[in-house]
Amino acid sequence: MSTLILTPNIPNGDDFYEKLLNAHEGLSKEQSDALNARLILVLSNHIGDMDILEQALEAAKTAGQTS
Amino acid sequence: MNKIFETPLYPYYQSVDQTASAPAHHSVVVIGAGPVGLGMAIDLAQHGIDVVVLDDNDKVSFGSRAICFAKRTLEIADRLGFGDKLVDKGVQWNLGKVFFDERKVYEFNLLAEDGHARPAFINLQQYYFEQYLVERVQEINSETPKIDIRGKNRVSAIMDHGTYSALTVTTPDGEYTIHADWVIACDGAGSPTRSMMGLDFVGRVFEDNFLIADVTMEADFPTERWFWFDPPFNRGQSALLHKQPDGVWRIDLQLGWDVDKEAEKQPDRVIPRLNEMLGDDVKFELEWVSIYTFQCRRMEKFRHGNVIFAGDSAHQVSPFGARGANSGLQDVDNLSWKLAHVIQGLAPDTLLDSYDDERIHGADENIMNSTRSTDFITPKSDISRVFRNAVLDLSEHHAFARPLVNSGRLSMPCNYVGHSLTGEDALTGGPARSQPGMPCPDAPLDNRYLLSKLGGGFTLMTLNTDAPSLQQIEGIEIAQLELSATSDSNKTLGERFLGTAERAVYLIRPDQHIVARWSEYDAARVQMAVETALGKIQ
Repeated sequence: MSTLILTPNIPNGDDFYEKLLNAHEGLSKEQSDALNARLILVLSNHIGDMDILEQALEAAKTAGQTS
Repeated sequence: MNKIFETPLYPYYQSVDQTASAPAHHSVVVIGAGPVGLGMAIDLAQHGIDVVVLDDNDKVSFGSRAICFAKRTLEIADRLGFGDKLVDKGVQWNLGKVFFDERKVYEFNLLAEDGHARPAFINLQQYYFEQYLVERVQEINSETPKIDIRGKNRVSAIMDHGTYSALTVTTPDGEYTIHADWVIACDGAGSPTRSMMGLDFVGRVFEDNFLIADVTMEADFPTERWFWFDPPFNRGQSALLHKQPDGVWRIDLQLGWDVDKEAEKQPDRVIPRLNEMLGDDVKFELEWVSIYTFQCRRMEKFRHGNVIFAGDSAHQVSPFGARGANSGLQDVDNLSWKLAHVIQGLAPDTLLDSYDDERIHGADENIMNSTRSTDFITPKSDISRVFRNAVLDLSEHHAFARPLVNSGRLSMPCNYVGHSLTGEDALTGGPARSQPGMPCPDAPLDNRYLLSKLGGGFTLMTLNTDAPSLQQIEGIEIAQLELSATSDSNKTLGERFLGTAERAVYLIRPDQHIVARWSEYDAARVQMAVETALGKIQ
């Protein structure tokens, strides 16, 4: 089974984070939600591996839970 | 205009059973003369079983109802002897278009794989389907009377006596009672038989209403399936346009939950809606209008002793995806040969439990698929609508998102891989599509198609090898079909059944599902596969 990468993997994290925020610049809440949804779908398709996608869903769910 | 559904096709007559001094005893009584009930009667008759069909009506179904018949249904109809009529009358289509808001986001071509006798789908009004079934019944009866259809015979009570059931039947001439060893309830989603027996029918009701309108119009819309998400003429909802024979068009408009159903059905509400959709200059006439809600549910078990449920009485799905009548015909395909073998003493009674096993599996698959379609068409939360719209937006630009658009998945035949009647797969290099449990794929032969040579009984098919003359196994006739496939002749047959193997032996069930396959003939293993398929080996 493939394993989801959960250690730093983007060479320049700050650059990426800035680009992510810039993409949402000037958008309404509704437009931002739509952009996020499209982004998730595009990235998921690129990954294309159900094992990885399931682990990603799980990692995202768990991190959002308040303990 | 006098429509076929206004003419009694199997008018009431007084049968001798009504004046008999004691209740007549029948082997099989089918309740309901819809596509499933009549299909069941024909299939059983072809297996040599006499059948009485009781129906509370005397006509085919009112309105067009089921309109999409899938390839597997056409193949079953071929086996039952009326496939040509369906295909000659039906409308074939390949192109589907998907619209979102005001724009077309993409189109798809169903272009079916070559080398099959039948197309992927036809559109045909249910009343034609039923008419051809009735005609086939008459054809069978003209040779030997096997099927007794009794119109205006409503079953008003059913009593289980263990080895048989007693049915009280209400007719224009009053009540009478008959006994039946086997009762097949094909009396639809609202099955009175199910209610009379106090049986469950649980599942999910979708909180939505759909207006379904069949209109006749002279319009130059092409023969395509058009589906709209959130169109200007039906904001926030969906719409579907689909062609049927005789210039009839099926229009489906999602209405939402809080609507006055009776008011929405009235022409003064329907006609303006359709004008908005079709354009003011298109002239049309309403043929049939109905409003339905989605339900996805099934009985916990389809077999209750000697009473067996088939079609919508056993399971109900949303109409998107054409899984109602199509799955009902697969029930027929599955049950008839099993029941015939049990009645004829060729298989144990427990063979019928495999109907439950295999067709509940089929029903669950259909419910899952149509639930997914419904959740896409009718998003249940804000975020599901956000994702749905994201998929549609992406589908206009990127191919990857198109398979995610779900306006109803086309019904594919169910397979029984891994189920109890399925035998061994001992063909190294054999293709997955013809592995044991799969419905046998069609393939062109020299002057016919493979499926026309299969079905009805068991067949041992050999490719590039042979088997000794078998005659009978376990008291059952085994037909033999010897074929060859090379790169020059019957190439498609080879691709679909040999894969990388040089030769193969297949055992095929009466419903054209594959039981087992081997790289060479082995008497003991074929014997064991036949026993497995008859439910003699657990």
